[in-house]
Parts: sequence; C-alpha cells; structure tokens
Amino acid sequence: MYSVNYHRASSVAEAATLLKSGDAKALSGGMTLLPAMKTRLAAPSDVVDIARIGELKGIKVSGRTVTIGAATTHAEVASSAELKKTAPAVAELAGMIGDPHVRHRGTIGGSVANNDPAADYPSALLALGATVVTNSREIAADDFFTGLFETALEDGEIITAIRFEAPEKAAYEKFRNPASRYAIAGVFVARTGSGVRVAVTGAGENGVFRQGDMEAALAKNFAASAVEGISVSADGLMSDIHASSEYRANLVKVMAKRAVAKAG
Amino acid sequence: MSDVSLVVNGKSVSATVEDRTLLVQFLRENLGLTGTHVGCDTSQCGACVVHVDGKAVKSCTILAAQASGSEIVTIEGLANGADLHPVQIAFKENHGLQCGFCTPGMIMAATDMIARHPGGLDEKTVRAELEGNICRCTGYHNIVKAILAASEVMAKGGAGSAKAA
Amino acid sequence: MGIEGIGARVARKEDKRFITGLGRYVDDMVVPGMKHAVFVRSPHAHAEIVSIDVSAAQAMPGVIGVLTGKELKADGIGNLICGWMIHSKDGTPMKMGAWSPLAVGKVRYVGDAVVVVVADTKGQARDAAEAVQIEYKELPSVTDASKAMDAGQPQIHPEAENNLIFDWEIGNGDETAAAFTKAAHVVKIDLINNRLIPNAMEPRAALGVYDKAEDHYTCWTTSQNPHVARLVMSAFYNIAPENKLRVIAPDVGGGFGSKIYIYPEEIVCLWASKKTGVPVKWAADRTESFLCDAHGRDHHTHAEMAFDKDHKILGFKVGMQVNLGAYMSLFSSVTPTYLCATLLSGQYNIPAIHANVKAIYTNTAPVDAYRGAGRPETTFVVERMMEVAARQFGMSPVELRRKNFIREFPHQTPVILMYDAGDYDASLDAALKASDYAGFPARKEAAKAKGKLRGIGLSCYIEACGIAPSAAVGSLGAGVGLWESAEVRVNAVGTIEVLTGSHSHGQGHETTFAQLVNSRFGVPLDSVSIVHGDTDKVQMGMGTYGSRSGAVGMSAIAKALDKVEAKAKKIAAHLMEADEGDIVIENGELKVAGTDKKVPWFQLALAAYTAHNLPAGMEPGLKETAFYDPSNFTFPAGCYVCEVEIDPETGVTEIVQFVAADDFGNIINPMIVEGQVHGGIAQGVGQALLEGAVYDAGGQLLTASYMDYTMPRASDLPSFQVSTSNTPCPSNPLGIKGCGEAGAIGSPPAVINAITDALGHEDLVMPATPLKVWNALRKH
Repeated sequence: MYSVNYHRASSVAEAATLLKSGDAKALSGGMTLLPAMKTRLAAPSDVVDIARIGELKGIKVSGRTVTIGAATTHAEVASSAELKKTAPAVAELAGMIGDPHVRHRGTIGGSVANNDPAADYPSALLALGATVVTNSREIAADDFFTGLFETALEDGEIITAIRFEAPEKAAYEKFRNPASRYAIAGVFVARTGSGVRVAVTGAGENGVFRQGDMEAALAKNFAASAVEGISVSADGLMSDIHASSEYRANLVKVMAKRAVAKAG
Repeated sequence: MSDVSLVVNGKSVSATVEDRTLLVQFLRENLGLTGTHVGCDTSQCGACVVHVDGKAVKSCTILAAQASGSEIVTIEGLANGADLHPVQIAFKENHGLQCGFCTPGMIMAATDMIARHPGGLDEKTVRAELEGNICRCTGYHNIVKAILAASEVMAKGGAGSAKAA
Repeated sequence: MGIEGIGARVARKEDKRFITGLGRYVDDMVVPGMKHAVFVRSPHAHAEIVSIDVSAAQAMPGVIGVLTGKELKADGIGNLICGWMIHSKDGTPMKMGAWSPLAVGKVRYVGDAVVVVVADTKGQARDAAEAVQIEYKELPSVTDASKAMDAGQPQIHPEAENNLIFDWEIGNGDETAAAFTKAAHVVKIDLINNRLIPNAMEPRAALGVYDKAEDHYTCWTTSQNPHVARLVMSAFYNIAPENKLRVIAPDVGGGFGSKIYIYPEEIVCLWASKKTGVPVKWAADRTESFLCDAHGRDHHTHAEMAFDKDHKILGFKVGMQVNLGAYMSLFSSVTPTYLCATLLSGQYNIPAIHANVKAIYTNTAPVDAYRGAGRPETTFVVERMMEVAARQFGMSPVELRRKNFIREFPHQTPVILMYDAGDYDASLDAALKASDYAGFPARKEAAKAKGKLRGIGLSCYIEACGIAPSAAVGSLGAGVGLWESAEVRVNAVGTIEVLTGSHSHGQGHETTFAQLVNSRFGVPLDSVSIVHGDTDKVQMGMGTYGSRSGAVGMSAIAKALDKVEAKAKKIAAHLMEADEGDIVIENGELKVAGTDKKVPWFQLALAAYTAHNLPAGMEPGLKETAFYDPSNFTFPAGCYVCEVEIDPETGVTEIVQFVAADDFGNIINPMIVEGQVHGGIAQGVGQALLEGAVYDAGGQLLTASYMDYTMPRASDLPSFQVSTSNTPCPSNPLGIKGCGEAGAIGSPPAVINAITDALGHEDLVMPATPLKVWNALRKH
C-alpha cells in the first residue's frame, strides 16, 4: 500500500468536506478499496472513513418502503428480521456476498458506489427500480450505474441510503467464479406493481444490465418455463479463463430460471 | 500518522503508526501477537481472521486506524484465561490441523460461526461458512468434524462456552 | 500397542502451540536490527537487461541497500544447481543453463528476481523497489513445452539447443515394439497433466543474519530439509563453509515439495546481510508465491497399450513432453524421469515397457516436485489407460484390472523397480464394498430422474516412496545419498530427546516419532522430545519429502533405539547380575525374564550417567546415533473410487462420494495417517476439478492470485471414506510404507474416470471446471 492519510468522519457533512481534499476516497467497509490499495492498484491520497457515521446505519421499513443506510453491513442486511419479512430476496442476496468475515465489514453503500461488474447489489437495485439517496440528491438506479466501476456519483458525493419498494416476488441466483467466488452470472428477478424486471450482474462487459426479452416473457407468465424459450446472446458478455461469453449467456438463462422458480 | 487505541485480548494498547498500517501488521509487529497470520494479498485465505467487536473480520483488510476504538480478540486471547477454548480442544482432538498456519484463522472463524448458529450446525452449513478460510493440508475433513464437535459441546454448555462469543 | 505407542490414535503433541497462536514461523522471527527485503522482479517473460539504475531507489527514505546481480556475482555467489544428473538416450549429459540468484544479462520468466532492496520497513522497501529503473529489451517468449522445441522458437539458454534439456528413455524399446506386433488390441490416449501451483498456506520466507564477530551466518528459512539447504548453500553458492552457516527451519506452514528447494531469496538474504551489515528478512506475498515457487506437473503425454485377445497387457509405450520452466530447479530432472516413468507398470503385469521423456525449457516459473512428484503424472497415464481400454473393450474396468494385477511378490517390473509386497485385490475389494460399487447403476438412474448425470471412476495406484537406497540413486545420477540419521539421547533422569534429520511441516513427527520411543521403552510421550530443523542441534540429515520420514526417518530412529536398548540391557544385566539375553523391557521397566527382578527405566538411565557400577570397560552415558540407508523403495498402493454428479445446465461437478482404500504397511498413528490421506485427496481433487496455472501467450501468469487460481475450499469437497489394509513393508524394520503423497497420486484419475463415465466420452482436459465440462457436454 502506498502512503495514505486516514480521516474518520463523524457526520456526512464532515465526510463531504474531507472528501474535497486531494484525491480522497470514501472508505466504508473497505472490502474492495483496501485490497486494491494493498496491491497498489488504487492510490488515493486520503481515505475518509464513513463506516461509523450513525446517520448512515440501519434498516427502516415503513409500509412497503425499505430504506437501508449506506453503512449497513451485508451481515446486518442478511440477518434483518424485518427485511426477511418484507424483501427476503435482498436479505438473501446480502448473505451470498463474499464470506462471513467480508459480510461483517462490507456495506451496501460501498458496494453500490464501487459498482464492480461482479458485485451482487447492483442487480438488486436495478431490478427493484431502487433509489440511490446521496447527501445532495436522489438518483434512480436506472441512471446510477453507468459502466464498469462507473456511477453517476459526482466527486465528493456520498451515498447515504438505498431505498426501494418491496417487490411482490423476487429472488436472486448467482453462479460463482470458482476461484474468486464473485458472480460470473448473477440474476435478480423482481415482480413489482410496475412490472417484471430481470437484472444481470457479473456477465456484462459494461456491468449490470437488464434482460429485456426475459422481462417481457415473465410479464406475461411469471414462471421458469417462460424463460426456457428465450435465447440469450453472448454479444456484449465478458469472456475470461473461467467463463466464455457463450457460457455466461447460458448461465444467465439458467440462473434466471432458477431465480424465477425460487421467487415462486 | 494515526493514533491507534485498541483493547486487545482485554488489555488497552495504543500506538502511533503510519496510516497505511493494517490491523494485522499492528497486531504482529507492534504487539508481537504473531498467531494471526498473513496467507494472501487478496483477502481470501482467512489466515488473518480475528474478532473485532465480537465479529470475525479479516485483519488484513482493515486499517489499524479504522479499528481504533474497538475491542479485538486474537487467537492468543481466545481462551480468555482458561487453558483452552472448546473450539481449540476440538481442533486438537479431531486432528483439525496439520501445519498450523491456517489454524488460528480457522479457529477464530469457527468460534464466530458457532456463535451465529445457536441452533446448531450441520456439515453443509459448516462447509458453506468456511468460504473465507483456505486450508491446504487437511482437505477440511477434520476441520469440519472439529467444528461440529465443538458446536455440540458448546450447545451443551461445555467448558469455556460462556466465553465463546 | 499401548495407549501411546505404535498404532494408537494419539492427539498431537505439537498442536498446543498451533491452536493457541504460539507456533513460530519464519516471518514471526524478530532479531535486533532486522531490516526488510523486497525483490524487484521481471515483468517480462523473456528480455535482455539493458541497464539498471538504482540511484533513485537508493535515495528513498529508509533504504539501506539496493543490490544487483552484478554485485552478487562479483562477490562470488554461485549459480543455482540441479542436484540430479540425467543423461539423454544418446549418452550426453543434460543441458543446464545458468540460474543466477539475481538475474544477470537476461530475464527468463515473469517473476525472475533482478534487484533486491533492503529498507527499514517492508513498505519503504516496496516504495523504493518501484523507483529502481530497469531498461529491458523484450525478446519473443514461449510458455508451452509442446511448442518450445519447434523451429523458430526463442532460444532460452544457449546451452540447450531448441530448448531441449534432455531426451531420456527407460525400458526396452525393441521388446515393446515386438509386443505391439503381437497385439490383438491397441489403445491410444493423449493426456495433459495440468500445471499446478503448490500453495502451502505459509508463503516462503527467509531471514539472513551475518555475525561479523564470528564470521558466521544464520539462515531461518521455510525449508523441508535444512541440512540439504546448508550443504548446497555452502558447496555451490559459496555463502560460507558448513561450519560457518547455521540453517534453521522452525515451524513451517506446509511444503508439499515446494519448500525442498533452495531458492534465490534465501541466498540473497544471507549475502545481503553481510553486504549491508544488518539482518535481512524477506517474506513472500502470495503473488510472489504464485510467480516464483516451483510449480508442479505440466506434462503432455501420448501413450499406447497393447493387449492380447484375452485383454492381458502385452506392452506399454509412453512419450512425455515435460515443461521444466525457465531454469532447472533442484530436483526438476529426477521428477519426470526416475520418480515418474519407473511406475509405468502400475499394479499390473506388463512384460514390456518403453518410455521417452523430453524435458524442455520454457519462459515460465521453474517446475519441480509437488506432492507425489512424477507419480501422479504416471498414475494418471496408467489409470486413465485402464479405464479407457475397459470402455473400448466393453468390459468392466474392475475386471480388466483384476485380469492384469500382479499377485506374486517380489515382482520385477521392466522399469527398474522391484515391488516387494502388496495385495491389490484386497484394496480393490475394500473400495468396491465401501463405495457400494454394485449399487451404482441404480444411483445413476435415480440421478437421471433428477436431471443429473452420474458417473463412477476407479484408480488403482501404486507409488514408490521412502526414498531411497543411496547406492541405487547414486548410480542413477543423484548428487546426494538419501539415507536418514537419528540420535537418541537418554537423559540421566530417563527422559529422551530424539534428534532427527527429518523435518515436520504438518506431518506430526513430534507425536509419531515419540510413539515409536514409547513403544520401545514405555517412556510417556511427554517425556520424549523430538528435535529437528536446526543444523546446529541435529546431525546431518536429508529432510522430508517423498513420503520418506516414516519409512526412512523412523527406521533411523529405530536403529538408534536398538543400540540404546542393547547398551541398556547390558547395564541392566550387570546391575541385576543376570544374563543379558534374559533382559526384557516392559512398561518402562527392564526385567529379568521369568523372575521378579527389575530396574525402572529412569534408574537405569541414572546408572548409565553416574557410572558408579557399569560393566567393566563400558563407557558412561546412554546416547546413540544411527544412519539408516534403505535397501529398497517402499510401495504404498491402493484403490480409490470417486462418484460424481454433473449438473448438465451449468457443468458443475459435485463429488458425491470419495472412497480411499490404501495399503501403507504398518501404521504408527491412524488418525495422522487418515489426515494425510484427506489432504492428499483434496490436492488430487483440486488438480482434477479446480486448479490449473495458466500463462497467456506473452508469458504473463493469469492465475497469480486466489482471484484466479482455484484453491479447493470446504464446499468443493465431501467428507472422505478412508480405510487401510496392511501388507507390511519387508525392507525396513518398522514395516512402514509411507502415506504422505498417496492421496494426491491416486485421486486425479479416479475423478476424471468418473466424469468421463458420466459424460460418455473421453474428451476432457484437467481441471474439469464447470466451463470445460459444459463445453464437453456440448461437444459430443
């Protein structure tokens, strides 16, 4: 790791100020940023620790509206009794991220802000039509994820919460990279009042994306069999030593079928 | 530089360290607690697992400064005054270790796992929960056996179980 | 057996320190004034070093020294050696190129060490390493051994034309060719034995301390064989004479072969310590382990087997192309030759065998012995061949194996080895029973109903270990003898220290070796200490690899114990005025048989040291040394059965059952033996399903971290069903065969035989990842 200046912020306002100095980065759970810094692939001048800011923590369920504070850990999301009742697919997804130790530190805000193409949360946000709440505005998930590791966040802008309406039905299935255990293909399906969405992570060359053919078919018939006839193109899908784009295309379909079946 | 204050294995410690100092470096180099090991650079092997405020965490992926103010338990403090913690006993009795290098992380992960599953564990759950801990010697067979055995002993309130979490 | 003696399932003595975090590994060591080394490594697979400028690095904060290969050579430090001479079939010696601990003139693989930086902290050393300016002129590179001999490929070392190191053969080519002319059936297979990266969980480390006052060096190192390290560093690398160099291998976190070798880093740390005047520690990070630890396997093989009309084997011919990487590592030449092709007879009567092995340089990390060392490669060839042949004949793979089993011992194979004992039917029967082999068709049908493909595969392996008779290996090219040493010190109060040349890095010697002593003298395990891993404490020894510590290391201890016993009995006879021949040792007492006369062990020991009343002319004390040189290899063998279920939608293979039935001869501690088998199987299953080093066309290692190299995790593996049978080894006093490598040797073909059974075709290359299995399902 290169030398770095560490700051611990006690409020969002303080964090926003600190983030203006040099090439500063927000540090939440650090599960992606710190490994990148250790291998010297990331070299921020400053890191601003936002993990202990009280206003960023906690899960609120009000009617069907779910708000998860950005510094809420994956373990907290996975084990939330309220969430398991209202939006079990999200709790289950959180319990499938990384490993138990990573889930104790990693946070939803950190994962969303980083937008790793193999991260799990972006698929849930996109499928749920969630809202990313920041210290300055609200951004629809549809507008938030703009490319590999790219988001609509401005410099110094901090995610404070993720908000979504609980879906009628939803589920997440992922196929893990055998080595890293990140998603090779993760599919989040959700049926809400405004229709069906199918969002895919881990597979796309430009990060998370929606699978329109499946959404249309599932809107007519929300059943695994509806996905069966759809052919997923390998175009635009990643290819590496663990999975060719053709294989990823196959996995997108298989994971989608399984997710729909699980959603019931 | 950062001022770092921690309670490690029940003792208050403080030091001024480079901001880039990882918790594992702080434990090993500043405190001489070399039972916590480093086995990879990508936060995957789990040889460095310690408990931070009661939760299993990879000490190679947290700055000492981030941990400042927390309570840390390492393998050296796990038994908390007793001779051995039930998980330590189970690893020995079930031959759950060979070279011993992954063992501290395994044991810290196992105690955390058992604490999070008060209703007990089965083999499938134990194997899934070991996602973040790699062993090259044992083929996991006896590690799984040891964790299941410890989980049963602790559920029955065996020696030291009150201190498990 | 007694509760602590041979055969007892005793919990390990060494565990206490490991489970409490008090193990002492090299990177845990701190000595006053210690500084930290970081290596600058080649980013290129093949390049000329045009210039090195260290001035900017030298000026960085905390930097104590920045040293290059030129300075190292100027100080007379030698090149790394390969310790086993192999001659090509034309009689010429192997063509070895130079391997300097720090590269001079040229780099030959990504990770080749070029410069070392020593600084106050590791962070500072790393910062400075980035400031070292090295100008390279890139050269074309080759990583695939099957292409490296082609015309137009880059020449890696001037000594080895077309990158061919040796072209070796074994067996009888004429007889084998004749056997094929008589064949009713010929079965041909082509195989790739995938390249593996050992990945002991403790990364390698070294701490070099030069003591100016004594002109003496101490090296703490992650070694499986500290005495061999000292010998080689003294005799070939010119660090210091042996009496001026102490090598200590304290607790070592796994080896699997990768810590046998003496690597550039420990040599450089010792040299740099003198050069900079400070103790120098280096600890690899995991990426360095991936790049620079000796890799394993990497064979391309074509094999043909001739059968008569009754499916009895007539002949076997095998050609192997073997990738040795960019430099010849310490035992790289023997691994694919005498440790490999000598086992081509498997468990079968094969009248004629011929093998040709071509060893080839490439621009990849050096390749050497990794758990099993040559024997997994051979077993893969033999056991894939038996399974494929049975399928081609429409025969049960069990029946084909039984038809060809060796059943009379000793058995001389056409490839040097003389098998001394075994019962291959017994382990096959045990494995078939434990796996309910007969019930497989019903399980396959049940799986089909769930949409899964189920397959079952066998592997009947044999290996040669307990290496090795020194004169025999000397005649085959070994640069060392492969005996082992022991010293047994009985203290005046009766406690015992055993000094052994074997080294424990997970095997549990502190327990099993003490169990042997307990069986002989009845001394409690707590009163027996096993001392190893320090050249200042222990007499010359050869270390631990090749499953040799039980068969060879413990035999040396047994021999020393014989001498102690003989002297103890003389003293006891004298004290009790009895005949020496009437003295027996039972439960910690020396007794006169048939009487109630006895002397407790501790009293006898005291008598030996007070020396007030010893037999006339006897020297005081009770301490004996022995060197044991085995008279033959040992031949562990067994049968593994693997059963898999494949999800055709994803290509995921689940191992639903794994049965191992092994014959290790006599067993000291069944619990430890089972643990060795579990770990071996996990590595073999890892090879078959998960692990594989991948270099891209430009020589970059794509699998250089756990992000891309798939280590077996708990959820990848089942619990294993293991059992043993016993035909004692006749060639060593304890009847031990060795168990450390069997699991890794026997399991890959069992797994691949099971998967290909499920697939219905043989077109599959290890590792059988979900991607490859999915592709294989679509291909046919």
